[in-house]
Amino acid sequence: MAGALYGERGVLALLLARRSSALALGFFLLVLLLVAIAPLIAPADPSAMAVRQRLTPPGDLFPLGADAFGRDVLSRLLYAGRVSLMIGAGVAVVSSLFGILIGLIAGFFRSLDGPVSRIIDAMMAFPDILLAISLVAILGGSMVNVIIALSIVYTPRIARIVRASTLVIRELPYVEAARALGSPTHYMLTHHVLLNVLSPIIVQATFIFVYSMLAEAGLSFLGVGVDPSTPTWGTMINEGRQYIDQAPFLILFPGLAISFSVLSLQLVGDGLRDALDPRIARQM
Amino acid sequence: MGAVVLIVLTIAFFIVRLAPGDPAALMLGPDATPEDAVALRERLGLDRPIFVQYATFITGAVRGDLGQSIFFNQPVTQVLKARAEPTVLLSLFSLIVALLVAVPIGIYSAYRHGSFFDQAAISTAMLAASVPSFWTGLMAQRWLATEYGWFPASGYGGPDTVFLDRIEYLILPSLVLGIVNSALILRFTRASMLDVLGEDYIRTARSKGMSEFRVVLRHALRNAGIPIITVVGLTFALLVSGAVVTERVFNIPGMGNLVVNAVLRRDYPVIQGTLIVVANLYVIINLITDLLYLVVDKRVRF
Repeated sequence: MAGALYGERGVLALLLARRSSALALGFFLLVLLLVAIAPLIAPADPSAMAVRQRLTPPGDLFPLGADAFGRDVLSRLLYAGRVSLMIGAGVAVVSSLFGILIGLIAGFFRSLDGPVSRIIDAMMAFPDILLAISLVAILGGSMVNVIIALSIVYTPRIARIVRASTLVIRELPYVEAARALGSPTHYMLTHHVLLNVLSPIIVQATFIFVYSMLAEAGLSFLGVGVDPSTPTWGTMINEGRQYIDQAPFLILFPGLAISFSVLSLQLVGDGLRDALDPRIARQM
Repeated sequence: MGAVVLIVLTIAFFIVRLAPGDPAALMLGPDATPEDAVALRERLGLDRPIFVQYATFITGAVRGDLGQSIFFNQPVTQVLKARAEPTVLLSLFSLIVALLVAVPIGIYSAYRHGSFFDQAAISTAMLAASVPSFWTGLMAQRWLATEYGWFPASGYGGPDTVFLDRIEYLILPSLVLGIVNSALILRFTRASMLDVLGEDYIRTARSKGMSEFRVVLRHALRNAGIPIITVVGLTFALLVSGAVVTERVFNIPGMGNLVVNAVLRRDYPVIQGTLIVVANLYVIINLITDLLYLVVDKRVRF
Protein backbone atom coordinates (compact mmCIF):
# COMPACT_ATOMS: atom_id res chain seq x y z
CA MET A 1 0.00 0.00 0.00
CA ALA A 2 2.68 2.38 1.04
CA GLY A 3 4.60 1.39 -2.07
CA ALA A 4 2.03 3.14 -4.26
CA LEU A 5 2.67 6.34 -2.41
CA TYR A 6 6.37 6.30 -1.89
CA GLY A 7 7.50 4.34 -4.95
CA GLU A 8 10.79 2.56 -5.21
CA ARG A 9 12.94 5.65 -5.30
CA GLY A 10 10.80 7.75 -3.02
CA VAL A 11 8.75 10.74 -4.03
CA LEU A 12 11.24 13.23 -2.70
CA ALA A 13 14.01 11.77 -4.83
CA LEU A 14 11.80 11.88 -7.92
CA LEU A 15 10.75 15.41 -7.11
CA LEU A 16 14.30 16.59 -6.65
CA ALA A 17 15.44 14.85 -9.83
CA ARG A 18 13.67 17.49 -11.85
CA ARG A 19 15.61 20.71 -11.73
CA SER A 20 12.60 23.04 -11.88
CA SER A 21 10.81 21.24 -9.04
CA ALA A 22 13.95 21.10 -6.91
CA LEU A 23 14.57 24.82 -7.38
CA ALA A 24 10.94 25.62 -6.71
CA LEU A 25 10.88 23.53 -3.54
CA GLY A 26 14.07 25.21 -2.36
CA PHE A 27 12.68 28.64 -3.05
CA PHE A 28 9.41 27.90 -1.28
CA LEU A 29 11.20 26.51 1.77
CA LEU A 30 13.34 29.64 1.83
CA VAL A 31 10.21 31.81 1.82
CA LEU A 32 8.79 29.71 4.67
CA LEU A 33 12.00 30.10 6.63
CA LEU A 34 12.25 33.88 6.11
CA VAL A 35 8.64 34.31 7.16
CA ALA A 36 9.08 32.04 10.18
CA ILE A 37 12.06 33.97 11.50
CA ALA A 38 10.51 37.35 10.62
CA PRO A 39 10.89 38.75 14.16
CA LEU A 40 14.62 38.02 14.02
CA ILE A 41 15.41 39.45 10.61
CA ALA A 42 12.85 42.21 10.07
CA PRO A 43 14.74 45.51 10.10
CA ALA A 44 11.91 47.35 11.86
CA ASP A 45 8.65 46.88 13.75
CA PRO A 46 6.05 46.27 10.99
CA SER A 47 3.58 48.64 12.60
CA ALA A 48 6.00 51.37 13.69
CA MET A 49 4.99 54.57 11.93
CA ALA A 50 7.29 57.36 10.84
CA VAL A 51 4.91 59.75 9.17
CA ARG A 52 7.65 62.15 8.07
CA GLN A 53 9.22 59.35 6.07
CA ARG A 54 5.99 58.32 4.35
CA LEU A 55 6.25 56.96 0.80
CA THR A 56 10.06 56.95 0.93
CA PRO A 57 11.34 55.04 -2.11
CA PRO A 58 13.54 51.96 -1.56
CA GLY A 59 16.98 53.05 -0.33
CA ASP A 60 19.34 52.98 2.65
CA LEU A 61 16.74 53.87 5.26
CA PHE A 62 14.06 51.45 4.04
CA PRO A 63 15.37 48.59 1.85
CA LEU A 64 12.01 48.22 0.09
CA GLY A 65 10.64 51.67 0.84
CA ALA A 66 8.08 52.96 3.32
CA ASP A 67 4.31 52.98 2.98
CA ALA A 68 1.79 55.78 3.43
CA PHE A 69 2.26 55.71 7.21
CA GLY A 70 6.04 55.51 6.98
CA ARG A 71 6.06 51.81 7.92
CA ASP A 72 8.90 49.67 6.63
CA VAL A 73 7.67 47.68 3.59
CA LEU A 74 10.24 44.87 3.97
CA SER A 75 9.24 44.19 7.57
CA ARG A 76 5.56 44.30 6.69
CA LEU A 77 6.18 41.96 3.77
CA LEU A 78 7.80 39.41 6.09
CA TYR A 79 5.02 39.57 8.67
CA ALA A 80 2.28 39.63 6.02
CA GLY A 81 3.75 36.49 4.51
CA ARG A 82 3.04 34.66 7.75
CA VAL A 83 -0.67 35.38 7.47
CA SER A 84 -0.88 34.70 3.72
CA LEU A 85 0.97 31.39 3.98
CA MET A 86 -0.91 30.37 7.11
CA ILE A 87 -4.20 30.90 5.29
CA GLY A 88 -2.97 28.86 2.31
CA ALA A 89 -1.76 26.01 4.50
CA GLY A 90 -4.82 26.14 6.75
CA VAL A 91 -7.23 25.89 3.84
CA ALA A 92 -5.22 23.07 2.23
CA VAL A 93 -5.32 21.03 5.46
CA VAL A 94 -8.93 21.72 6.47
CA SER A 95 -10.39 21.20 3.00
CA SER A 96 -8.36 18.00 2.58
CA LEU A 97 -9.66 16.56 5.86
CA PHE A 98 -13.30 17.30 5.11
CA GLY A 99 -12.91 16.45 1.44
CA ILE A 100 -11.48 13.04 2.33
CA LEU A 101 -14.29 12.34 4.75
CA ILE A 102 -17.05 13.39 2.36
CA GLY A 103 -15.41 11.75 -0.65
CA LEU A 104 -14.90 8.42 1.11
CA ILE A 105 -18.49 8.36 2.30
CA ALA A 106 -19.87 9.24 -1.15
CA GLY A 107 -17.62 6.78 -2.93
CA PHE A 108 -17.99 3.87 -0.56
CA PHE A 109 -21.64 3.95 0.43
CA ARG A 110 -23.71 3.71 -2.72
CA SER A 111 -26.94 5.00 -1.24
CA LEU A 112 -25.27 8.27 -0.20
CA ASP A 113 -23.41 8.82 -3.46
CA GLY A 114 -26.29 10.40 -5.40
CA PRO A 115 -27.25 13.15 -2.93
CA VAL A 116 -23.66 13.93 -1.88
CA SER A 117 -22.49 14.16 -5.49
CA ARG A 118 -25.34 16.52 -6.41
CA ILE A 119 -24.40 18.78 -3.49
CA ILE A 120 -20.75 18.73 -4.62
CA ASP A 121 -21.83 19.65 -8.17
CA ALA A 122 -23.97 22.50 -6.86
CA MET A 123 -21.17 23.81 -4.62
CA MET A 124 -18.78 23.79 -7.55
CA ALA A 125 -21.21 25.81 -9.66
CA PHE A 126 -20.47 28.85 -7.48
CA PRO A 127 -17.35 30.71 -8.64
CA ASP A 128 -14.63 30.63 -5.92
CA ILE A 129 -14.32 34.31 -5.19
CA LEU A 130 -18.04 34.94 -5.29
CA LEU A 131 -18.81 32.15 -2.81
CA ALA A 132 -15.86 33.18 -0.65
CA ILE A 133 -16.85 36.84 -0.40
CA SER A 134 -20.42 35.89 0.41
CA LEU A 135 -19.23 33.56 3.18
CA VAL A 136 -16.77 36.09 4.59
CA ALA A 137 -19.51 38.73 4.48
CA ILE A 138 -21.63 36.49 6.65
CA LEU A 139 -18.93 35.08 8.95
CA GLY A 140 -17.05 38.35 9.34
CA GLY A 141 -13.48 39.15 8.29
CA SER A 142 -10.85 37.48 10.42
CA MET A 143 -8.05 35.08 9.55
CA VAL A 144 -9.93 32.07 10.93
CA ASN A 145 -13.12 33.02 9.09
CA VAL A 146 -11.25 33.46 5.82
CA ILE A 147 -9.80 29.96 6.33
CA ILE A 148 -13.29 28.58 7.05
CA ALA A 149 -14.82 30.34 4.04
CA LEU A 150 -12.11 29.19 1.62
CA SER A 151 -12.20 25.66 3.05
CA ILE A 152 -15.93 25.50 2.31
CA VAL A 153 -15.15 26.67 -1.22
CA TYR A 154 -12.39 24.12 -1.86
CA THR A 155 -13.61 21.04 0.07
CA PRO A 156 -15.81 19.89 -2.85
CA ARG A 157 -12.74 19.72 -5.13
CA ILE A 158 -11.00 17.24 -2.83
CA ALA A 159 -14.24 15.37 -2.17
CA ARG A 160 -14.82 14.92 -5.90
CA ILE A 161 -11.37 13.43 -6.46
CA VAL A 162 -11.58 11.15 -3.43
CA ARG A 163 -15.03 9.95 -4.47
CA ALA A 164 -13.92 9.14 -8.02
CA SER A 165 -10.87 7.20 -6.83
CA THR A 166 -12.86 5.41 -4.11
CA LEU A 167 -15.42 4.25 -6.66
CA VAL A 168 -12.65 2.54 -8.62
CA ILE A 169 -10.78 1.12 -5.64
CA ARG A 170 -13.81 -0.34 -3.86
CA GLU A 171 -14.33 -2.71 -6.79
CA LEU A 172 -10.74 -3.99 -6.81
CA PRO A 173 -10.15 -7.62 -5.80
CA TYR A 174 -8.13 -6.82 -2.69
CA VAL A 175 -10.93 -4.73 -1.22
CA GLU A 176 -13.34 -7.54 -2.03
CA ALA A 177 -10.95 -9.95 -0.34
CA ALA A 178 -10.74 -7.75 2.73
CA ARG A 179 -14.52 -7.60 2.85
CA ALA A 180 -14.75 -11.38 2.51
CA LEU A 181 -12.30 -11.73 5.38
CA GLY A 182 -14.63 -9.69 7.51
CA SER A 183 -12.60 -6.47 7.80
CA PRO A 184 -14.65 -3.75 9.45
CA THR A 185 -15.72 -0.94 7.13
CA HIS A 186 -13.68 1.75 8.86
CA TYR A 187 -10.57 -0.41 8.57
CA MET A 188 -11.15 -0.97 4.85
CA LEU A 189 -11.75 2.74 4.31
CA THR A 190 -8.62 3.89 6.08
CA HIS A 191 -6.19 1.09 5.23
CA HIS A 192 -7.25 -0.04 1.78
CA VAL A 193 -8.98 2.92 0.20
CA LEU A 194 -7.53 6.06 1.78
CA LEU A 195 -3.89 5.05 1.43
CA ASN A 196 -4.43 4.49 -2.27
CA VAL A 197 -6.13 7.81 -2.94
CA LEU A 198 -3.53 9.75 -0.98
CA SER A 199 -1.35 10.75 -3.92
CA PRO A 200 -4.00 12.63 -5.92
CA ILE A 201 -5.07 14.30 -2.66
CA ILE A 202 -1.55 15.52 -1.93
CA VAL A 203 -1.26 16.98 -5.41
CA GLN A 204 -4.66 18.64 -5.22
CA ALA A 205 -3.94 20.00 -1.72
CA THR A 206 -0.82 21.71 -3.09
CA PHE A 207 -2.92 23.42 -5.73
CA ILE A 208 -5.54 24.38 -3.15
CA PHE A 209 -2.74 26.01 -1.16
CA VAL A 210 -1.99 28.02 -4.31
CA TYR A 211 -5.61 28.94 -5.04
CA SER A 212 -6.21 29.98 -1.43
CA MET A 213 -3.22 32.29 -1.41
CA LEU A 214 -4.47 33.92 -4.60
CA ALA A 215 -8.05 34.00 -3.29
CA GLU A 216 -6.95 35.55 0.02
CA ALA A 217 -5.12 38.25 -1.92
CA GLY A 218 -8.24 38.79 -4.02
CA LEU A 219 -10.50 39.01 -0.97
CA SER A 220 -8.18 41.45 0.77
CA PHE A 221 -7.95 43.49 -2.41
CA LEU A 222 -11.75 43.69 -2.53
CA GLY A 223 -11.74 44.82 1.08
CA VAL A 224 -13.72 41.80 2.29
CA GLY A 225 -10.87 39.63 3.51
CA VAL A 226 -8.83 39.62 6.68
CA ASP A 227 -9.32 42.68 8.88
CA PRO A 228 -7.22 45.47 7.25
CA SER A 229 -5.17 46.02 10.42
CA THR A 230 -3.55 42.59 9.90
CA PRO A 231 -1.04 42.91 7.08
CA THR A 232 -1.32 40.28 4.35
CA TRP A 233 0.16 40.50 0.88
CA GLY A 234 -3.33 41.22 -0.45
CA THR A 235 -4.09 44.03 2.02
CA MET A 236 -0.68 45.59 1.28
CA ILE A 237 -1.58 45.79 -2.42
CA ASN A 238 -5.00 47.17 -1.56
CA GLU A 239 -3.47 49.89 0.64
CA GLY A 240 -0.77 50.73 -1.88
CA ARG A 241 -3.29 51.12 -4.65
CA GLN A 242 -4.10 54.73 -3.80
CA TYR A 243 -0.45 55.68 -4.15
CA ILE A 244 0.21 53.80 -7.36
CA ASP A 245 1.35 56.98 -9.13
CA GLN A 246 3.71 58.31 -6.45
CA ALA A 247 4.92 55.00 -5.00
CA PRO A 248 4.39 52.05 -7.38
CA PHE A 249 6.84 50.00 -5.28
CA LEU A 250 4.10 49.67 -2.64
CA ILE A 251 2.18 47.26 -4.83
CA LEU A 252 5.17 45.94 -6.76
CA PHE A 253 6.82 44.07 -3.87
CA PRO A 254 3.78 42.33 -2.35
CA GLY A 255 2.72 41.40 -5.89
CA LEU A 256 6.11 39.82 -6.54
CA ALA A 257 5.96 38.04 -3.18
CA ILE A 258 2.60 36.45 -4.02
CA SER A 259 3.57 35.63 -7.60
CA PHE A 260 6.85 33.93 -6.80
CA SER A 261 5.49 32.00 -3.82
CA VAL A 262 2.57 30.83 -5.93
CA LEU A 263 4.78 30.01 -8.90
CA SER A 264 7.18 27.94 -6.80
CA LEU A 265 4.33 26.07 -5.15
CA GLN A 266 2.70 25.40 -8.53
CA LEU A 267 5.97 23.93 -9.78
CA VAL A 268 6.20 21.78 -6.66
CA GLY A 269 2.62 20.63 -7.27
CA ASP A 270 3.42 19.77 -10.88
CA GLY A 271 6.54 17.93 -9.82
CA LEU A 272 4.61 16.00 -7.17
CA ARG A 273 1.96 15.03 -9.69
CA ASP A 274 4.58 13.72 -12.08
CA ALA A 275 6.46 11.93 -9.32
CA LEU A 276 3.34 10.32 -7.86
CA ASP A 277 1.75 9.42 -11.16
CA PRO A 278 4.28 8.43 -13.81
CA ARG A 279 1.48 7.86 -16.31
CA ILE A 280 0.62 11.55 -16.36
CA ALA A 281 4.27 12.52 -16.34
CA ARG A 282 4.70 11.10 -19.81
CA GLN A 283 1.82 13.11 -21.22
CA MET A 284 2.52 16.50 -19.75
CA MET B 1 -29.56 19.31 -13.77
CA GLY B 2 -32.84 20.21 -12.10
CA ALA B 3 -31.58 18.74 -8.83
CA VAL B 4 -28.37 20.77 -9.02
CA VAL B 5 -30.33 23.98 -9.63
CA LEU B 6 -32.57 23.24 -6.66
CA ILE B 7 -29.54 22.60 -4.44
CA VAL B 8 -27.93 25.82 -5.70
CA LEU B 9 -31.06 27.71 -4.65
CA THR B 10 -31.09 25.94 -1.28
CA ILE B 11 -27.42 26.68 -0.59
CA ALA B 12 -27.87 30.34 -1.53
CA PHE B 13 -30.93 30.53 0.73
CA PHE B 14 -29.17 29.06 3.75
CA ILE B 15 -25.81 30.82 3.28
CA VAL B 16 -27.48 34.18 3.73
CA ARG B 17 -29.34 32.90 6.79
CA LEU B 18 -26.13 31.61 8.37
CA ALA B 19 -25.26 35.14 9.41
CA PRO B 20 -25.15 35.34 13.18
CA GLY B 21 -27.56 37.77 14.76
CA ASP B 22 -30.65 39.36 13.35
CA PRO B 23 -30.24 40.01 9.61
CA ALA B 24 -32.65 42.91 9.73
CA ALA B 25 -30.64 44.64 12.46
CA LEU B 26 -27.40 43.95 10.58
CA MET B 27 -28.77 45.38 7.36
CA LEU B 28 -30.07 48.50 9.04
CA GLY B 29 -26.85 49.21 10.91
CA PRO B 30 -26.31 50.44 14.46
CA ASP B 31 -28.47 53.57 14.19
CA ALA B 32 -31.76 51.77 13.57
CA THR B 33 -34.49 51.62 16.16
CA PRO B 34 -35.97 48.25 17.21
CA GLU B 35 -39.20 49.32 15.47
CA ASP B 36 -37.32 49.69 12.16
CA ALA B 37 -35.92 46.20 12.59
CA VAL B 38 -39.36 44.74 13.24
CA ALA B 39 -40.75 46.52 10.18
CA LEU B 40 -37.92 45.28 7.95
CA ARG B 41 -38.24 41.74 9.29
CA GLU B 42 -41.90 41.82 8.41
CA ARG B 43 -41.23 43.25 4.94
CA LEU B 44 -38.64 40.54 4.20
CA GLY B 45 -40.83 37.81 5.66
CA LEU B 46 -38.18 37.02 8.29
CA ASP B 47 -40.82 36.83 11.02
CA ARG B 48 -42.31 33.71 9.46
CA PRO B 49 -41.10 30.12 10.13
CA ILE B 50 -37.98 29.15 8.19
CA PHE B 51 -39.81 26.50 6.13
CA VAL B 52 -42.40 29.00 5.00
CA GLN B 53 -39.59 31.41 4.06
CA TYR B 54 -37.86 28.65 2.16
CA ALA B 55 -40.98 27.64 0.26
CA THR B 56 -41.77 31.25 -0.60
CA PHE B 57 -38.20 31.78 -1.75
CA ILE B 58 -38.09 28.69 -3.97
CA THR B 59 -41.48 29.31 -5.60
CA GLY B 60 -40.47 32.94 -6.16
CA ALA B 61 -37.06 32.04 -7.59
CA VAL B 62 -38.56 29.52 -10.00
CA ARG B 63 -40.83 32.26 -11.31
CA GLY B 64 -37.84 34.61 -11.64
CA ASP B 65 -38.46 36.59 -8.44
CA LEU B 66 -35.29 36.90 -6.35
CA GLY B 67 -36.67 39.29 -3.75
CA GLN B 68 -36.04 42.98 -3.09
CA SER B 69 -32.70 44.74 -2.73
CA ILE B 70 -32.52 46.56 0.61
CA PHE B 71 -30.16 49.24 -0.63
CA PHE B 72 -31.75 49.97 -4.01
CA ASN B 73 -35.30 49.22 -2.88
CA GLN B 74 -35.85 47.51 -6.24
CA PRO B 75 -36.36 43.90 -7.28
CA VAL B 76 -33.02 42.05 -7.26
CA THR B 77 -33.58 40.80 -10.82
CA GLN B 78 -33.92 44.39 -12.02
CA VAL B 79 -30.75 45.46 -10.19
CA LEU B 80 -28.85 42.52 -11.68
CA LYS B 81 -30.21 43.10 -15.18
CA ALA B 82 -28.96 46.67 -15.13
CA ARG B 83 -25.44 45.46 -14.28
CA ALA B 84 -25.32 42.36 -16.48
CA GLU B 85 -24.10 43.85 -19.77
CA PRO B 86 -20.52 44.79 -18.79
CA THR B 87 -19.99 41.52 -16.89
CA VAL B 88 -21.28 39.29 -19.68
CA LEU B 89 -19.29 41.20 -22.32
CA LEU B 90 -16.14 41.26 -20.19
CA SER B 91 -16.31 37.50 -19.58
CA LEU B 92 -17.05 36.81 -23.24
CA PHE B 93 -14.27 39.06 -24.61
CA SER B 94 -11.79 37.62 -22.09
CA LEU B 95 -12.73 34.11 -23.18
CA ILE B 96 -12.11 35.10 -26.81
CA VAL B 97 -8.75 36.64 -25.87
CA ALA B 98 -7.81 33.52 -23.88
CA LEU B 99 -8.75 31.24 -26.79
CA LEU B 100 -6.93 33.36 -29.36
CA VAL B 101 -3.80 33.32 -27.23
CA ALA B 102 -3.89 29.78 -25.89
CA VAL B 103 -5.14 27.54 -28.69
CA PRO B 104 -2.63 28.48 -31.44
CA ILE B 105 0.27 28.51 -28.96
CA GLY B 106 -0.90 25.22 -27.45
CA ILE B 107 -1.12 23.56 -30.87
CA TYR B 108 2.27 24.84 -31.96
CA SER B 109 3.84 23.85 -28.62
CA ALA B 110 2.58 20.31 -29.01
CA TYR B 111 3.70 20.22 -32.63
CA ARG B 112 7.19 21.40 -31.70
CA HIS B 113 7.21 19.35 -28.50
CA GLY B 114 10.35 19.91 -26.39
CA SER B 115 11.59 22.86 -28.45
CA PHE B 116 12.63 26.19 -27.02
CA PHE B 117 9.28 27.64 -28.10
CA ASP B 118 7.44 24.89 -26.25
CA GLN B 119 9.35 25.39 -23.01
CA ALA B 120 9.06 29.16 -23.17
CA ALA B 121 5.32 28.91 -23.76
CA ILE B 122 4.78 26.53 -20.86
CA SER B 123 6.88 28.61 -18.47
CA THR B 124 5.15 31.84 -19.45
CA ALA B 125 1.74 30.22 -18.99
CA MET B 126 2.75 29.03 -15.54
CA LEU B 127 3.98 32.48 -14.58
CA ALA B 128 0.79 34.10 -15.88
CA ALA B 129 -1.27 31.72 -13.74
CA SER B 130 0.74 32.64 -10.64
CA VAL B 131 0.23 36.38 -10.78
CA PRO B 132 -2.96 37.69 -9.14
CA SER B 133 -5.13 39.10 -11.94
CA PHE B 134 -5.87 42.30 -10.03
CA TRP B 135 -2.16 42.97 -9.72
CA THR B 136 -1.63 42.56 -13.47
CA GLY B 137 -4.71 44.74 -13.92
CA LEU B 138 -3.34 47.50 -11.69
CA MET B 139 0.01 47.40 -13.45
CA ALA B 140 -1.57 47.48 -16.93
CA GLN B 141 -3.85 50.29 -15.84
CA ARG B 142 -0.93 52.28 -14.42
CA TRP B 143 1.33 51.92 -17.45
CA LEU B 144 -0.79 51.24 -20.54
CA ALA B 145 -3.72 53.48 -19.64
CA THR B 146 -2.47 56.25 -17.35
CA GLU B 147 1.12 56.54 -18.58
CA TYR B 148 0.74 55.91 -22.33
CA GLY B 149 -2.97 56.63 -22.67
CA TRP B 150 -3.61 53.76 -25.07
CA PHE B 151 -6.80 52.75 -23.30
CA PRO B 152 -9.34 54.44 -21.06
CA ALA B 153 -8.11 53.90 -17.48
CA SER B 154 -11.41 53.05 -15.83
CA GLY B 155 -15.18 53.25 -15.90
CA TYR B 156 -17.73 52.26 -18.51
CA GLY B 157 -18.69 55.61 -20.00
CA GLY B 158 -21.60 57.77 -18.90
CA PRO B 159 -25.26 56.82 -19.26
CA ASP B 160 -25.35 58.42 -22.75
CA THR B 161 -22.32 56.61 -24.11
CA VAL B 162 -23.23 54.57 -27.19
CA PHE B 163 -22.64 50.83 -27.16
CA LEU B 164 -19.51 50.87 -29.36
CA ASP B 165 -17.86 53.49 -27.16
CA ARG B 166 -18.64 51.47 -24.04
CA ILE B 167 -16.84 48.51 -25.61
CA GLU B 168 -13.66 50.61 -25.69
CA TYR B 169 -13.62 50.58 -21.88
CA LEU B 170 -13.61 46.78 -21.89
CA ILE B 171 -10.57 46.28 -24.16
CA LEU B 172 -7.82 46.54 -21.54
CA PRO B 173 -9.75 44.64 -18.82
CA SER B 174 -10.52 41.84 -21.30
CA LEU B 175 -6.90 41.62 -22.43
CA VAL B 176 -5.69 41.38 -18.83
CA LEU B 177 -8.33 38.88 -17.71
CA GLY B 178 -8.03 36.81 -20.89
CA ILE B 179 -4.24 36.55 -20.84
CA VAL B 180 -4.10 35.75 -17.12
CA ASN B 181 -6.64 32.96 -17.62
CA SER B 182 -5.22 31.52 -20.84
CA ALA B 183 -2.77 29.23 -19.03
CA LEU B 184 -5.26 26.46 -18.33
CA ILE B 185 -6.50 26.33 -21.93
CA LEU B 186 -2.92 26.40 -23.21
CA ARG B 187 -1.86 23.46 -21.08
CA PHE B 188 -4.90 21.40 -21.98
CA THR B 189 -4.65 22.15 -25.69
CA ARG B 190 -1.01 21.18 -25.66
CA ALA B 191 -1.51 17.98 -23.65
CA SER B 192 -4.49 16.89 -25.68
CA MET B 193 -2.74 17.63 -29.01
CA LEU B 194 0.34 15.73 -27.82
CA ASP B 195 -1.84 12.71 -27.13
CA VAL B 196 -3.51 12.82 -30.52
CA LEU B 197 -0.38 13.55 -32.54
CA GLY B 198 1.04 10.22 -31.39
CA GLU B 199 -1.93 8.24 -32.78
CA ASP B 200 -1.71 5.81 -35.66
CA TYR B 201 -4.18 7.67 -37.85
CA ILE B 202 -1.94 10.74 -37.77
CA ARG B 203 0.91 8.63 -39.09
CA THR B 204 -1.43 7.24 -41.74
CA ALA B 205 -2.50 10.71 -42.79
CA ARG B 206 1.12 11.80 -43.05
CA SER B 207 2.14 8.73 -45.01
CA LYS B 208 -0.63 9.48 -47.50
CA GLY B 209 1.32 12.64 -48.23
CA MET B 210 -1.19 14.98 -46.66
CA SER B 211 0.16 18.45 -45.89
CA GLU B 212 1.26 19.01 -42.28
CA PHE B 213 -1.16 21.90 -42.04
CA ARG B 214 -4.07 19.61 -42.85
CA VAL B 215 -2.82 16.82 -40.59
CA VAL B 216 -2.54 19.08 -37.60
CA LEU B 217 -5.59 21.26 -38.09
CA ARG B 218 -8.05 18.78 -39.60
CA HIS B 219 -7.12 15.40 -38.20
CA ALA B 220 -5.47 16.17 -34.91
CA LEU B 221 -7.27 19.28 -33.68
CA ARG B 222 -10.69 17.80 -34.34
CA ASN B 223 -9.89 14.81 -32.16
CA ALA B 224 -8.16 16.88 -29.51
CA GLY B 225 -11.27 19.05 -29.32
CA ILE B 226 -13.21 17.45 -26.47
CA PRO B 227 -10.77 18.12 -23.63
CA ILE B 228 -10.31 21.62 -25.00
CA ILE B 229 -14.07 22.27 -24.94
CA THR B 230 -14.27 20.99 -21.34
CA VAL B 231 -11.53 23.31 -20.22
CA VAL B 232 -13.15 26.24 -22.02
CA GLY B 233 -16.22 25.66 -19.84
CA LEU B 234 -14.01 25.57 -16.74
CA THR B 235 -12.19 28.72 -17.82
CA PHE B 236 -15.48 30.51 -18.17
CA ALA B 237 -16.14 29.89 -14.47
CA LEU B 238 -12.68 31.28 -13.66
CA LEU B 239 -13.42 34.31 -15.81
CA VAL B 240 -16.61 35.10 -13.91
CA SER B 241 -14.62 34.95 -10.65
CA GLY B 242 -11.90 37.03 -12.26
CA ALA B 243 -14.45 39.53 -13.52
CA VAL B 244 -15.47 40.35 -9.93
CA VAL B 245 -11.94 41.50 -9.16
CA THR B 246 -11.20 43.01 -12.58
CA GLU B 247 -14.37 45.11 -12.47
CA ARG B 248 -13.15 46.46 -9.16
CA VAL B 249 -9.73 47.37 -10.60
CA PHE B 250 -11.15 49.14 -13.64
CA ASN B 251 -14.21 50.46 -11.84
CA ILE B 252 -16.66 48.85 -14.25
CA PRO B 253 -20.26 48.94 -12.99
CA GLY B 254 -20.95 45.23 -13.49
CA MET B 255 -22.31 42.42 -11.38
CA GLY B 256 -18.92 41.89 -9.71
CA ASN B 257 -18.79 45.45 -8.47
CA LEU B 258 -22.42 45.16 -7.45
CA VAL B 259 -21.86 42.07 -5.31
CA VAL B 260 -18.80 43.52 -3.58
CA ASN B 261 -20.77 46.64 -2.75
CA ALA B 262 -23.67 44.46 -1.60
CA VAL B 263 -21.28 42.67 0.76
CA LEU B 264 -20.02 45.97 2.14
CA ARG B 265 -23.62 47.22 2.52
CA ARG B 266 -24.91 43.88 3.84
CA ASP B 267 -27.55 43.82 1.11
CA TYR B 268 -28.18 40.09 1.54
CA PRO B 269 -30.90 39.66 -1.12
CA VAL B 270 -28.48 41.01 -3.76
CA ILE B 271 -25.67 38.67 -2.61
CA GLN B 272 -28.09 35.77 -2.73
CA GLY B 273 -29.46 36.75 -6.13
CA THR B 274 -26.00 37.14 -7.67
CA LEU B 275 -24.92 33.74 -6.33
CA ILE B 276 -28.00 32.12 -7.86
CA VAL B 277 -27.71 33.80 -11.25
CA VAL B 278 -23.99 33.12 -11.63
CA ALA B 279 -24.19 29.50 -10.44
CA ASN B 280 -27.05 28.78 -12.83
CA LEU B 281 -25.10 30.43 -15.63
CA TYR B 282 -22.35 27.95 -14.85
CA VAL B 283 -24.78 25.02 -14.96
CA ILE B 284 -26.05 26.24 -18.34
CA ILE B 285 -22.49 26.66 -19.70
CA ASN B 286 -21.79 23.07 -18.66
CA LEU B 287 -24.88 21.93 -20.53
CA ILE B 288 -23.74 23.84 -23.62
CA THR B 289 -20.26 22.25 -23.42
CA ASP B 290 -21.90 18.83 -23.26
CA LEU B 291 -23.98 19.67 -26.32
CA LEU B 292 -20.89 20.94 -28.15
CA TYR B 293 -19.36 17.47 -27.77
CA LEU B 294 -22.06 16.27 -30.14
CA VAL B 295 -20.96 18.75 -32.77
CA VAL B 296 -17.23 18.04 -32.42
CA ASP B 297 -17.36 14.29 -31.93
CA LYS B 298 -19.96 12.38 -33.88
CA ARG B 299 -19.33 9.30 -31.72
CA VAL B 300 -20.78 10.93 -28.62
CA ARG B 301 -24.44 10.06 -28.13
CA PHE B 302 -26.66 11.01 -25.24
